[in-house]
Amino acid sequence: MEQSRHIDRELEQIKEKLLLMAAKAEQIISQAVESLLQRNMTRAEQIMASDKEIDKLEIEIENEAISLIARHQPVAKDLRLLIGIIKINSDIERIGDHGVNIAQCTLKLGQEPPLKPLVDIPRMAQLATAMLKDSLDSFVHEDPEKARRVCASDIQVDQLKDQTLRELMTYMFERPEAISRAMGLILISRNLERIADLSTNISEEVIYISQAKVIKHHQEK
Amino acid sequence: MQTGINRLEIKDFNLYYHRTKALEDISMMIPEKKVTAIIGPSGCGKSTLLRSINRMNEMIDGVTVEGQVLLDGEDIYQQDIDVVELRRKVGMVFQRPNPFPKSIFENVAFGVRMGDNVPAKQKLEEVVERSLKEAAIWDEVKDRLHRSAMELSGGQQQRICIARALAVEPEVILMDEPASALDPIATAKIEELIFRLKEKYTIVIVTHNMQQAARVSDFTAFLMLGKLVEFGPTEKMMTNPGSKLTEDYITGRFG
Repeated sequence: MEQSRHIDRELEQIKEKLLLMAAKAEQIISQAVESLLQRNMTRAEQIMASDKEIDKLEIEIENEAISLIARHQPVAKDLRLLIGIIKINSDIERIGDHGVNIAQCTLKLGQEPPLKPLVDIPRMAQLATAMLKDSLDSFVHEDPEKARRVCASDIQVDQLKDQTLRELMTYMFERPEAISRAMGLILISRNLERIADLSTNISEEVIYISQAKVIKHHQEK
Repeated sequence: MQTGINRLEIKDFNLYYHRTKALEDISMMIPEKKVTAIIGPSGCGKSTLLRSINRMNEMIDGVTVEGQVLLDGEDIYQQDIDVVELRRKVGMVFQRPNPFPKSIFENVAFGVRMGDNVPAKQKLEEVVERSLKEAAIWDEVKDRLHRSAMELSGGQQQRICIARALAVEPEVILMDEPASALDPIATAKIEELIFRLKEKYTIVIVTHNMQQAARVSDFTAFLMLGKLVEFGPTEKMMTNPGSKLTEDYITGRFG
């Protein structure tokens, strides 16, 4: 009874492009974190170029999704998938931007000696990277359970961000010359926290696509 | 399901063409002053179900029915029901515009003249004008009311047929693919008209066009092989259907 559909082939192509873009975003984040931890300035500079590719893919995906909606008037699961793709598309683009922000902060920090050994920021980076990876896995395998676990991890990243902020504030109170470096680290933790938030958004979209449930803004408890 | 007032209800309804069961155990409430779309693959019983609501199937040889269709709480299949009166309350618009080879005025006045109390000329003129206005065609025909309806375009003819149905002040209007023989502009006019008519009338529409069902209806019934698979708000049906069969049908997965 099941019929092969033209729309399926087009949806598959858009999904593939989205995953290509996601892979680039993941790479940016891991390079940004690596350059931060190893104080590798060359790597930080490479990141800017990769982000341009992401921006280009974002526009392509958006145009293809709009065209598909106009031509096929999708309904039900097809409609949810396309709306989900459009949202995930802009989430991934923002994630790329946060990677660039981290690299820019790293380049500035590299001009001065390290303020302190980094402890919580690498933990945040590890968590946020894992959340991004898992959210994308949950999209690929349409796994709402995995997506829910990603959403649940977000609170840990938030807590680490608060802890980082408190700790760096004490550095700033004690030593005014530490302010610019502490601010740089605060910005980095803020960017990592946003990456975790956006990964949570992606997971929420996966739940919407597969189960038609809206869980964002704590609508489902 | 709570859907407001229910003037029309189909209850445990079965219909046979000789020994073939064409409709099986259909039960649904048709909400008042809303548009209900009936969708489903060819041959699923959409039109048969629609025609059951004003007993049009009786004209076909070998049709028998079981169960009830309640209009204002009364079973329309009872022995003592006046079928002419029933069809006045439950009007019908068909797939192909079918004006009579008469003037526009006479087409619209036809049903009223067939009734028991034919109104005086002036009253009749009022009825025709009101009906043509409600059917959104008054401005296009007011200067040629006594010309033949056959001279009009297909889309205009269809609106004349809608005006003819409205003239007898029905409660329910049944529409069997009312726009399938029309071009996109005429279709848009009919859809706009349906949207306005539901302020006053309960409308049931059969359509093959999924997007049309999505655009014009408040509720959708999905039929397959004579059975009601799903009935619910159109918005829910089009974003998150409850049944896999509905999902497969509306997303075009049926061969």
